[in-house]
Amino acid sequence: MKPFDYVRVGGAEDLAQASAGRFLAGGTNLIDLMKHEIETPDRLFDITRADLPTQDLASVEPREDGLRIGALVTNADLAASEQVRRRYPVLAEALLSGASPQLRNKATTGGNLLQRTRCPYFYDRARACNKRQPGTGCDAMGGFNRMHAVLGTSEACIAAHPSDMAVAMAALDVRVETRKADGTKRSLSLDELYRLPGDAPEKDHVLDPGELITAVVLPAQVPSRQAYRKVRDRASYAFALVSAAVVVELDAGRIRNPRIALGGVAPRPWRARRAETRLEGQAPSRALFLQTMTEEFEAARGHGHNDFKIDLAPRLVADMLGELTETTHD
Amino acid sequence: MTEMMSMEVQAERPLGRALDRVDGIAKVSGRAMYAADYRPASDLAEGFIVEAPAAPGRIRRLDVSRAEDAEGVIAVLTSANVPEQRTYGAPEDAGRFTQSHAVLQGDRVRHVGQPVALIVARTLEQARHAASLVEVEIEVDAEGGIFDALAHEDLAFAPDSLDGADDADTQKGDLARELAGSDHRVGATYHTAMQHAAAMEPHVSVAEWDGDQLTVHMGIQIVASAVKAFATTLQIEPEQIRIVSPFTGGGFGSKLGIHSEAVLAALAARVCDRPVRVVQTRRSVFVNAPHRERHRQELELGATADGTLTAIRHDNLAGMARDYAFAEAPASPTRASYAAPAIHTSHRVVAADIPTVDSMRAPGEAIGTLTLETAIDEMAQACGMDPLEFRLRNMPDVDPVSGAPFGDHRLESCLREGAQRFGWDGCVAPGSRREGRLLIGRGLAAAIRPNMLVGAEAEITLSPDGRFHVRTDMTDIGTGSYTILTQIAADTLGVEPGQVVTELGDSAFPKSSGSGGSFGAASTGSAVQDAASNLLSALRDRCAALGLDGNGALAFTLDSVRLGERSLALADLVGPEGMTASGSIDPDDFDTGQAGYSYGAQFAEVAVDAVTGEIRVRRLLGVFDAGRILNPKTARSQLLGGMIFGIGAALMEEGVIDPRSGAVMARDLADYHIPVNRDVPALEVHMLGASSPFANPLGAKGIGELGICGAGPAIANAVHEATGVRPRAFPIHLDHLLPNLPPV
Repeated sequence: MKPFDYVRVGGAEDLAQASAGRFLAGGTNLIDLMKHEIETPDRLFDITRADLPTQDLASVEPREDGLRIGALVTNADLAASEQVRRRYPVLAEALLSGASPQLRNKATTGGNLLQRTRCPYFYDRARACNKRQPGTGCDAMGGFNRMHAVLGTSEACIAAHPSDMAVAMAALDVRVETRKADGTKRSLSLDELYRLPGDAPEKDHVLDPGELITAVVLPAQVPSRQAYRKVRDRASYAFALVSAAVVVELDAGRIRNPRIALGGVAPRPWRARRAETRLEGQAPSRALFLQTMTEEFEAARGHGHNDFKIDLAPRLVADMLGELTETTHD
Repeated sequence: MTEMMSMEVQAERPLGRALDRVDGIAKVSGRAMYAADYRPASDLAEGFIVEAPAAPGRIRRLDVSRAEDAEGVIAVLTSANVPEQRTYGAPEDAGRFTQSHAVLQGDRVRHVGQPVALIVARTLEQARHAASLVEVEIEVDAEGGIFDALAHEDLAFAPDSLDGADDADTQKGDLARELAGSDHRVGATYHTAMQHAAAMEPHVSVAEWDGDQLTVHMGIQIVASAVKAFATTLQIEPEQIRIVSPFTGGGFGSKLGIHSEAVLAALAARVCDRPVRVVQTRRSVFVNAPHRERHRQELELGATADGTLTAIRHDNLAGMARDYAFAEAPASPTRASYAAPAIHTSHRVVAADIPTVDSMRAPGEAIGTLTLETAIDEMAQACGMDPLEFRLRNMPDVDPVSGAPFGDHRLESCLREGAQRFGWDGCVAPGSRREGRLLIGRGLAAAIRPNMLVGAEAEITLSPDGRFHVRTDMTDIGTGSYTILTQIAADTLGVEPGQVVTELGDSAFPKSSGSGGSFGAASTGSAVQDAASNLLSALRDRCAALGLDGNGALAFTLDSVRLGERSLALADLVGPEGMTASGSIDPDDFDTGQAGYSYGAQFAEVAVDAVTGEIRVRRLLGVFDAGRILNPKTARSQLLGGMIFGIGAALMEEGVIDPRSGAVMARDLADYHIPVNRDVPALEVHMLGASSPFANPLGAKGIGELGICGAGPAIANAVHEATGVRPRAFPIHLDHLLPNLPPV
């Protein structure tokens, strides 16, 4: 671990210099990466005791436009929130399927969004990784890539985003609120927040240095039929091979407002927008679900060990849609 | 029934009682002193390993100047300044534990991750940071390395020795003729995965020198193997070495011998003239501690129409780490489980440029039963027979390949009792047992593990404080050695366990078997029993000399000894020094020419998600014969742990080496999956409990590795019933099942 300065952020004034370092919240990912010297910040800004006027980082509170979740709310507290369990069960399920109770007690909402990939080549400094060290290549291609992405990848990087929480949030169309070092604020969708690797896989997101996620806002109105399923090699404490968050409603026997987000298949939570468009207004049918999702994955590209995801993901989502819409097998 | 009753009677005595671990309070309260907890009198320095990024090859450039200048750094050990050691691997005939384990020798690098330098600093953080400042370039050999042994079969050879077996190859009967004459034949090629012990306690050593005397506190399974390895490597006398290892936080074979961190600690302590601690990081353990190698196993079986086995062929191929002679014997169970006129087995290895390969959790049987018992199940199906009936029909009367009579043979009892307890009612058509989204399957498999006895010594002192002190260099790697040795001594001496104090893990104590091969309890336990018996005789003689003689048992309190109505003050009996007697076990005394095995039968029920192929174990029941059970509680825990490892072997544990670079790519417990609580159903463990007096004076057989045997294939056979897919590669991944799952 490289020696670093530690700054405990008290108020907004301490954030002015934040572009010179990294934010520390739960530390469940950043500290690991620092130990391995994959992340080597000169300075850590510990925000866990920060007190920002009008931007409470630590609570879950209803607002006109939805439910505002402070960036420091832990995964455990968020999953246990009565509001979340009642109105956004897909999010509670996703949170509880991630990590372990100990980690969920420490990990925060903002940190979870920005956690980095678990690609083993990213973690091994002796291997080529464009995300860790731009321009060195990608040893995951042609290497062990069972956990890797099949959609949204580039020639430079095939790493998958590891979050469960973010997949559910993608299906819920959340807004991410941020505060830049100079105090200006903005609000982003998850598709706006995350970048695809392209030729710069070292950049996971569009946030500026020193820009802090202050909150995530869940929309007030969401379909009530919600589900999260996570496919993994062991029953707990494993990253998703494929996960899916599906939110949908039925109106007079027709599918309305379907939102499908996938984890474990792309560098960011992957919205199956083509499938959503195709399903809107249709009568539910299991054959339609599988066909639609198979089409969604036509663009997918496997790398050997992860080829199975291209078959698995459509099966998973098709079955979830079938269950949520109470559609029997033909 | 007789056996059950004899168990009841014994339970009144210390031996056979479900005694809580005598070291349990110390462990859960943090007072048990593990190697990394040890604090020397003088300032402890911390070592951190710098790994070779590539191999095999030579170090072209190693620049440690920035590391040397870093804050807190005391020294940087490299090949340029490391003290002289015997050449790695020498002498060639020494065996893998005794051979030189030299580090940082010359510019040669054998495998990726091998240490090329050790940073010694005042704190771990300083050492770790300095390690990142080292610049190293490896010139990889022009011809590259051999990382995937299975792709280099042309270089395969028969190993000189095979772990736990006499011969690399065995050929009983005319295989070709029996196969040709069989009515049913099944055959397949299986792959079993590279695995890592992944013990909770990483490999750790704290070394300190006092003049020419070296003391190492370390996690180790066999103390004597560490003494020998240090003596060979450092070219010093065994008398100059003291190993202290009162507690070891799990070994699973990976701590049978010493590893690079131990030698580095000893060398660094010499160079820095102060104690040095080297704790391998979790990532380091995956390359600087041994692993189980990936195997290709070919099985071919023949049977007659009525389900009688006629032929078994089992051929194996795996990598062997260069200059470290260890080869596993997956065909070990094939040679011993079922009767057949022809049984041919072979083992071939390819010298590879990979980290050390060594014993791991039931070497041979763990991965051998995985494939053999899968093939047996397939043959039962081919014969149209229930797999339980098929196994029972092919029970051997004598050890199938050696022809030796069995010391005892209780596999059939295990199978029958297991079937009854599990409620085995035969197979159903694959995929036909369904609960909503879940496909349910059941399977069974036999478990077998050779029983071993090795030489051991122990001593017991009756101190003036009235306590019996048992001393032996035996280790407790989490198994319960302290507890059962205490029970054995107490039982023999006729005292309660609370009056016995067992001290282990110090090379200053009499040499034991150590922990490994499931031989520890029976071997060292027999030596302790002998010592207790000898001490009792000596005490009786001394009592008689002091006028306390007659029939009946001596009764010891903390300050006196009583015989009938009369008593003697303990101080008068044992004097200020106490009285000591030694005991031992010589395996030659029990070499009766009989074949001895521990047995079991495992029954599993799995649920496979019909949409995703995810496999979860719902039930796992084992019935085991490990001879006399010394402590039902610790014995049960041993079997539970083994069964959980069986779940891991079947469904999760998979080490990977990148065949392009030779780099181990699963290097932490997030990437290398072992079962978590949610993967483990309520396990059911039953023990037959009948004594096996042929095996040793205690009548106990090996239990530590038995639970893993058969657990994996029972799960694999259940997966087949659930899905119709016969697993050919382990661990079984959901993607192996996907093509055969029902439509969504």
